[in-house]
Amino acid sequence: MSTTLSTRPPEDDRRPGELTFGEFLRWVWRQVTSMRTALILLLLLALAAVPGSIIPQSGVDALKTSNWQADHPKLTPVYERLGLFSVYDSVWFSAIYILLMLSLVGCIVPRTFVYLRGIRAKPPVTPRNLTRLPDHASYQTSDDLDVVLERARLALRKRRYRMTLEDDAVSAERGYLREVGNLVFHLSVLIVLVGFAMGGLFGYKGGVILVTGNGFSNNLTQYDDFDPGSLFSADDLEPFSFTVNDFTADWLTEGPRAGMARAFNAQLSYQESPDSPSKDYDLRVNHPLTIGNTEVFLIGHGYAPIITIRDGDGDKVYSGPTVFLPTDQTFQSIGVVKAPNADPTQIGLEGEFYPTVAFSKHTGSYFSAFGNAVDPLVSMLVYTGDLGMDTGAPQSVYSLDKTGTAMLTKKNGAPYRIDLRPGDTVTLPNGLGTVSFDGLDTWTKIQISQTPGKWIALTGVVLALLGLLGSLFIRPRRVWVRARREGDGTLVEVAALDRSGGGDVAVVVDELVRALQGPPQPEPEDKS
Amino acid sequence: MTDAAWESLSNQAVAACGLVYFLALLAHLVEWSSLRKVPVSVGAASTQSTDIPGGIAVTTGPDGEDDSAAVRRTEIFGRLGYLLTCLAVAVQFVGLVARGMAADPDRVPWGNMYEFTLTGTFVVAFLYVVLYRRFRLAWMAPIVVAFVLTVLMVAVIWLYAPVAPLTEALGSYWLVIHVVSAIIATGAFTLGGITSALYLVKGRATARDSDGPGRATGYVARLPKLEVLDRVAYRLHAFGFPVWTFAVLITGPIWAHQAWSSYWNWDPKEVWAFITWVVYAAYLHARTTAGWKGRNAAILALVGVATLWFNFIGINYFSTTSQHSYAGGAPAPITADTLGVGVEAHPLGRASPLRSSGNHRRLGSVAGAVTAPDPRDARGASSCAPGPGPSGTPGRRRAPSRAGAAGTGAAVPGRCRVAGWRAS
Repeated sequence: MSTTLSTRPPEDDRRPGELTFGEFLRWVWRQVTSMRTALILLLLLALAAVPGSIIPQSGVDALKTSNWQADHPKLTPVYERLGLFSVYDSVWFSAIYILLMLSLVGCIVPRTFVYLRGIRAKPPVTPRNLTRLPDHASYQTSDDLDVVLERARLALRKRRYRMTLEDDAVSAERGYLREVGNLVFHLSVLIVLVGFAMGGLFGYKGGVILVTGNGFSNNLTQYDDFDPGSLFSADDLEPFSFTVNDFTADWLTEGPRAGMARAFNAQLSYQESPDSPSKDYDLRVNHPLTIGNTEVFLIGHGYAPIITIRDGDGDKVYSGPTVFLPTDQTFQSIGVVKAPNADPTQIGLEGEFYPTVAFSKHTGSYFSAFGNAVDPLVSMLVYTGDLGMDTGAPQSVYSLDKTGTAMLTKKNGAPYRIDLRPGDTVTLPNGLGTVSFDGLDTWTKIQISQTPGKWIALTGVVLALLGLLGSLFIRPRRVWVRARREGDGTLVEVAALDRSGGGDVAVVVDELVRALQGPPQPEPEDKS
Repeated sequence: MTDAAWESLSNQAVAACGLVYFLALLAHLVEWSSLRKVPVSVGAASTQSTDIPGGIAVTTGPDGEDDSAAVRRTEIFGRLGYLLTCLAVAVQFVGLVARGMAADPDRVPWGNMYEFTLTGTFVVAFLYVVLYRRFRLAWMAPIVVAFVLTVLMVAVIWLYAPVAPLTEALGSYWLVIHVVSAIIATGAFTLGGITSALYLVKGRATARDSDGPGRATGYVARLPKLEVLDRVAYRLHAFGFPVWTFAVLITGPIWAHQAWSSYWNWDPKEVWAFITWVVYAAYLHARTTAGWKGRNAAILALVGVATLWFNFIGINYFSTTSQHSYAGGAPAPITADTLGVGVEAHPLGRASPLRSSGNHRRLGSVAGAVTAPDPRDARGASSCAPGPGPSGTPGRRRAPSRAGAAGTGAAVPGRCRVAGWRAS
C-alpha cells in the first residue's frame, strides 16, 4: 500500500493498492503459499474429486461412459466442455493440484531454512518468572542448589533433552525432529507425484487374448489393445515371449456361490529374451509374472470353440479356435466366424456359445446354466453374401458387417439356426458347404504393463507416512528447572511449555518433579 | 464342527451380542436418567485437568440421603452397563471367529459388507472397552453402545449375506493387512467424530446457559470440559490418520497393483478414500498451522467422518463401476433362481470372471475387458469397424480395439493384429 505516509520515494505517485509487477508477483506468491490458501486448496481438491466418482469416467470405464452419454444427449455436451468425463485429467482439476504443489513448495523451501537454523539453536534462556507459565510446579528441599541442578541435568539428559546450563537454572528443549517429520511429509508428497507422473508418461498397458497353446512375443503388433503413456517409446518393450500351455479353474458346484470359479491358473512357459532359457510360471490372480520391468497379469478367460467351415467345393475355408466373448458369469458368450473365401458365396456365422446348455421354456431359448463346459453348445445364424471384407476397411473380428449379406432362412421364413455340440457337423442347404464344431479350447486375457516410477511412488508414500508419524507424535517442548536458595533450603521451580499445540505438559512437570525429588524425599506434598 | 454349524453359531452369537448391547444400553440409560436428579457440582466435570478425564462427575456433597442413594444406583447401573458391554464384545468376537470358521476354506471374516460392518463395530466397541479405564470414557458409554447397536442392526437387517468363499482377487494376505488397517482407522475416526459431535453439542449448551453450571444436571453438563473433548478428538484423529494413510495409500495401491495391474485407478472407492484422506489432512493441517481449534475443527472432523461412511456405504449406490463393488443386492439379470446358480451380493471382488460373481451391472466384464470395440475410442474407431460390444462393462482403461484387418480374418481366425493406436 503506497500512500503519502509510505517510506517510498516521493516520485512514486501510485494510487493506493496499486502494485508494481514485482510486488504483484510477490503478493501472489504470498497468497499462494499461505497456510490458509493451502487449506482451501486441500478442501477444494477433495471437492473436485467428487464428480469423478459419480459421473462415469472415460478413462475408467469407456463403455459405461458412452452409454451414459447416449442416455443424456442434452447434458453430454455441457459435461464434455467441463471435462466431467475425465475429471482427473481436466484443466481445473490439474489447476488445483498444481497450485497445491506450488503452495507446498513455497511452504517447504522457507521452512527448510528456518529449520536448518533452528536445528542448531540452543534452548532459550530460562524465563525470569517460571510461575507465570501455565504449567509449573515448585517445591522446597534441603538439598544443595548444585545437587538439585545436577540431578535436573541428569534427569533431563536421560529424557534426551538438549540443555543449556545456567548459573541457577537448566533450560532444556526436545522434539527437534518434529519439524523434520513435517518437512519429510511435505517433500514426500512431491516424490509421490513424480512417481505417479512417471507411470503415466513412460508406462503402458496392453492386453492380449491368447487361445490356450498359443504364444505371445512382446512387440506392438501382437497386442489387441495398447494404451501407452505419452512419452512411451516402443523401444522400451522388452524382448520376452511366452506361451500359455494350459489354463485351469475350479468351479464351485455348491454353496451360496455355486457357479463361481476360483483358483484360476494359466501355466506359462516364458523366455526373457530370444536367447535365454525357457522357464515355467503359474500365472494366477494376485500373482503377476515380472519379467524385467514388465509385469504380466491374468485378468480374464473364456472359451474358443474350434469351428471348421468347408465350402460347396469341399475346401476347408475356415478352421480354428474362435474366441467367443462372455457376456455374463455363466459364460454365455457371443462370437462370429467369417469365411470370405468360401464358394459359391461368402459365409458368415454369428451366434452364442453355451458352456453348459439348458433350455428355458419360459423364454423359449437356450441359456447357459453353468460357467464350466459340462455340455457345450454353439448356436449360430448363417449369413451369406458379401461380408464387406474386400474393401480394405478394417473390421472387428467380433462383429459381422451384415449390409451386403442375407440371413439364411428355412422354407417357412424362420431363421436357419445351426446348433452344434462338439463333434457335430451340419450340412448347409443350397450346397453352401458344411460347418463343424470340432472341439473346445479356452482362452485367457493377459494384461501386460510397465509402471515405471512405482517404486518411487511407494518410497514417497512410505516416507510420507514416517514423516507424518514424526510430525504427529514427536512432541516438542521446553522445560526449565530453576533452583534458588531460600531460607535454610532450596526452592526448586519447574516449568514446561508445549510447543506442538495439543500437548499436555502438566504430566511432564509432575513426572519431572517426582524424579528430581527422588526416593530420599518422602513428602512431595509441598508441591504447589 | 461343520461349516453350517459354525455359521449358525455365528448368527446366534451376533443375535445374542445385539441383545446384550441392548441391555447394556438400557443400563446406561437408567444410569444417566437417574443422574439427572443429581446436580453437577461446580467444576466437578473438570476435576481432572491433568489427564484425559472423562469420569462422570458426581457430587458427593452434603446434599443428603437422596443424592447419595441416587449416586449409588448410578454407579451400579454404570458398572452393569460396562460389564454387559464387555460381555457383548466377547460374544461378538465369538460371532466373528465363527463366521471365519464357517467358510471353506477358513478365512478372515472380511469378505463382504456384513462382515466388514460386524468387524468395524467390534473394533469400535473393543477400543472403547479397552480404553474405558485409561481415558475414563464413561461419558461415552451411551453413545458408543447406541452407535454399535444401531450399526449392528443395520448390518443384520440390510447387509446380511450367507457365508461364502472369497472371490479370487481377495485371496491375498493383503486382505488382512489392508482391511485391518482400514477398519482400525474407521473405528478411530468414528470415535473421533462422536467426540467432535459431542464437542459441538456441549459448545452450544455452554453458550446457551452460561448462567451457571450449578443447576445443570443433564448428560451434556457431565461431559468433560470442551478443551478435553477437543484434545481427545484430536488424539483420536492423529492416531487414525497415519493408519488410514497406511491402509488407503500404501497397502491399497500395492494390492491393487498385484490384483488389477494398476496401483491407482481412480476407482470410486479409491477416490472417496482419497477424499477422506484429504479432508482429514486438512483437519490436521488446520489444527497445527491455522490454529483452528474447537468449533471449526470439529465441523471439519464431522465432514471427514461423513465422507468416510459415505465411502463405505453410500458410494455403492451411486456408482456401479467400482472394483470394490461389494454393495451387492442387485438382482441378477438372468434366471439365477431357476438355475440354482448363485448370482448374489458379493464381496469386494471385481466382476471380471476371474473374480467372477458380480452384481449384474458388472457381469461380463471380462467380455468388455477383453474386447468391446468401443465406437467412441478414437484409436479403435480409426482402424476397426465398430462392432456391437458385448453387454457388460468394458475394460478398465480404454476399450480395447481389436482391429480387424480385412482379408486376414480367415487366415488368422479370431485374430487381427493391427495395433489400433499405431494405425491411427
